[in-house]
Amino acid sequence: MNADRILGIETSCDETAAAVVSRGSDVMSSVVSSQIELHRRYGGVVPEVASRAHVELLMPVVAQAIVEAGVEDREIEAVAATHGPGLVGALLVGVSAAKAMSMVWDVPFVAVNHLEAHLYAAFLEEPDLEMPLVILLVSGGHTMLIVMEDHLRYRVLGGTLDDAAGEAFDKVARYMDLGYPGGPVIDQLAMEGDPAAIRFPRAMANGGWDFSFSGVKTAVVNHVRKHPDAEVRDVAASFQEAVVDVLVGKARRAAREVGAKGLCLAGGVAANSRLREKMLDVCVADGYRAFLPSRAMCTDNAAMVAAAAWWRLQADGPSPLDVGADPSLRLPTIS
Amino acid sequence: MLILGIESATTRVGCAIGGHEGVLASAHSSRGRRHAEALAPQIKFIAEQAGISLREIGAVAVDVGPGLYTGLRVGVTTALSVATTLRVPMIGVTSLDLLAFPAALTDRKIVAAIDARRAEVFHASYRRVPGGVQRISEPAITRPGDLVAAIEADGEPALVVGDAAVAHADLFGSAHGVEVADESFAHPSAGSLVALAHARALREEFVRPDEIEPLYLRRPDAEAKWDTEAGA
Ligand SMILES: [Zn+2]
Repeated sequence: MNADRILGIETSCDETAAAVVSRGSDVMSSVVSSQIELHRRYGGVVPEVASRAHVELLMPVVAQAIVEAGVEDREIEAVAATHGPGLVGALLVGVSAAKAMSMVWDVPFVAVNHLEAHLYAAFLEEPDLEMPLVILLVSGGHTMLIVMEDHLRYRVLGGTLDDAAGEAFDKVARYMDLGYPGGPVIDQLAMEGDPAAIRFPRAMANGGWDFSFSGVKTAVVNHVRKHPDAEVRDVAASFQEAVVDVLVGKARRAAREVGAKGLCLAGGVAANSRLREKMLDVCVADGYRAFLPSRAMCTDNAAMVAAAAWWRLQADGPSPLDVGADPSLRLPTIS
Repeated sequence: MLILGIESATTRVGCAIGGHEGVLASAHSSRGRRHAEALAPQIKFIAEQAGISLREIGAVAVDVGPGLYTGLRVGVTTALSVATTLRVPMIGVTSLDLLAFPAALTDRKIVAAIDARRAEVFHASYRRVPGGVQRISEPAITRPGDLVAAIEADGEPALVVGDAAVAHADLFGSAHGVEVADESFAHPSAGSLVALAHARALREEFVRPDEIEPLYLRRPDAEAKWDTEAGA
């Protein structure tokens, strides 16, 4: 089934977002209302606070996305929403809204997998990316190394055994009292620090495809405890370097092993400056494409939801109206 | 004017379409609180049964709570989305008003009570007036034992309706002067919502979607805890 102009909705965590995207890559509008300020004092996302905010923010955000796209309601050919993984109460707000709008406009509803949406963020800016691609999906909730063989066809090589990469940034930042969210704060501090000042462990750097970040987190805590006067910038830079080394090392090995045409970053942590820099370096050294989506497309947004929906709709048709939220939805894989 | 009513404040979810001819079609289900799964297909079904297109809806009425948060948000979000998409006005009615409405034949004071979990109930009191009931207390949250004590202290014979009345039937039933309504008065009905909303629509008592606010009556735990700690 074909529907070119899709309204996407994203409410899986703490961003309320809506976007209009044409043919899976032409972003006509993308509006994101972040709730970071609402959750900052708690040092993390509070599900009930997030769900209440989504109800309040979603309609204005959708209206703005439609206005900015410069389209009439009747020109929207499908409505898509993230239905998992994520916070169940938050997901249900977006899913309920999308289903209602699709019924009123009498257009297809498409339930989108949030992980698949992150993978499609790359195609918003580079619709003709060649496959197979190795994609490193790193965010507050996920750390996955994925091979994208073709559209909608993935193999998951590895994931995290404990904390997600973004979670490790948040926890270290919280322990060192640097602020929330941890990723951008540490990124900023690290720019003035020495990444070689402290040698933090690179867990599982050479073995297998899985990741583990709880060891480096504990090492940071122990170091700060032992050296209370340690230069914060150096600790931040050294911690970030250890995480980035493992991420980039495995992605590079994966790209070689599968003969990838390119290496791609996705997810909120893909906004990290050092990760982007190192990823670019190894791609140049090894001779394949590096694709680093813009920061706005790495973090949660609805354009990526509409993009994934365009491909899914063609392959699977509309989703039934009795779809609910699935907080632990997995990426559909081919093997 | 045709009104779509959406009600999802308790373990049950339902919707109805009606107007000056009364309710044309309605549907309800209680399927393990799977409100989000059930509601959209229900709306599609009642529109077909009523033989109307959703584009003919002139106003959207919604139960704004109090009730179980996740289900409530599914109903409120769906109603907001339909109204916004159709560009029609809305009418918000509290779940407690909806519970009291069908009990209007009693001479007793009506106490509507909804299970709020964590050993608490949402409640409000009503008095019969010509053509319906009138709320005489603001929706509030309390422990069931305290509500019973307040009803007894008040001394007026009371009829308790709502799922909290069923859940705490022994407690309410043993109180002096209290009658407990049966299961048929346990949940708000979407038909009552449409009937109440129609009366308001005739008086043009509409609100805009951005004026609809779920009635939570309880702050998020994290927020309450943070304030307590900040104040300590
Ligand atoms: Zn995400």
